[in-house]
Amino acid sequence: MAEGGGKIDPMHQFLVEPLFGTQDWQIAGYNIAFTNSAMWMAVATVALIAFMSLGTKGKVIPGRGQVMVEGFVRFIDNMLASNIGPEGKRYVPYVFSLFMFILFANVLGLLPLGVVGVHPFTFTSHFTITGILAILSFTIVLVVGFWRHGLHFFSLFVPHGTPWWLLPVIPLIEFVSFMVRPFSLGLRLFVAMTAGHILLKVLAGFVVNAGNAGLGVGLLVGIPSFGLMVGISALELLVAGIQAYVFALLTSLYLNDAVNLH
Amino acid sequence: MDAEAAKLLGAGLAAVGAGLASLGVGNVFGKFLEGALRNPGAADAQQGRLFIGFAGAELLGLLSFVVAMILVFVA
Repeated sequence: MAEGGGKIDPMHQFLVEPLFGTQDWQIAGYNIAFTNSAMWMAVATVALIAFMSLGTKGKVIPGRGQVMVEGFVRFIDNMLASNIGPEGKRYVPYVFSLFMFILFANVLGLLPLGVVGVHPFTFTSHFTITGILAILSFTIVLVVGFWRHGLHFFSLFVPHGTPWWLLPVIPLIEFVSFMVRPFSLGLRLFVAMTAGHILLKVLAGFVVNAGNAGLGVGLLVGIPSFGLMVGISALELLVAGIQAYVFALLTSLYLNDAVNLH
Repeated sequence: MDAEAAKLLGAGLAAVGAGLASLGVGNVFGKFLEGALRNPGAADAQQGRLFIGFAGAELLGLLSFVVAMILVFVA
């Protein structure tokens, strides 16, 4: 869809390009140049460490930073406690890191840094990254499940109270729904972020092109589009939070399956 | 019909799925609100399930977006 002319390409923002390093930096045929994707991952990590350092002093009378950090920790802690039970305490570090990393990535990608010339890159809008995060969650579920229950873990595929005449079908369906989990987990985050950013860029294209087309069109099309953009931006902020929450929530649900079986 | 035109038509038709998913998401939150207003005391404990339902309904709409993207950019 690369038409020329005055069209603004809404997909250009997802382009992964090397910041330094060239095509020649290769390990086993894979290019390892430092890309904008890698840089924004590093930025998210640094921002996350900076945020966490506000509240890990453990003061008796917490300051503002500590209240914020403790709020997030308590949120994840409650989620795991209500979904998994007392066993869930063990998985708080992983789910907390996952949630905060995705949340920071989503919100960093929405920052209006374009006005100062730095274009944020939302790395969660790439299936490679969300897919790896999903596979990581899925692997932990498998490891925990087989570690705790051994081969008994396969009873996950036969829910309690299955009638005997459904036994040939139910395990197959459960197996498919189990194997599709990492796919749907990664796909949801990636598509939600991609769709929102494309929508914002398309509307921004409307504003720019309507402004170039003259005063009348600019007022008629540009102003409503801009208003819509402001609203959609607020919606995207909500989606950024909800998607991080849903990713963490589904991870904890899958962990619950592995810890407690059905 | 031109193959390129058919692809773009298919991508447009896939958007119907996104609209239907919006019905689903609205239904999830609407029903939750309906129940929550009848029994506000039990509402907070069910928020996790609300978002599970939301995630399930939303995913099917997002899949239609994926179909559209595949038709436009890949196929």
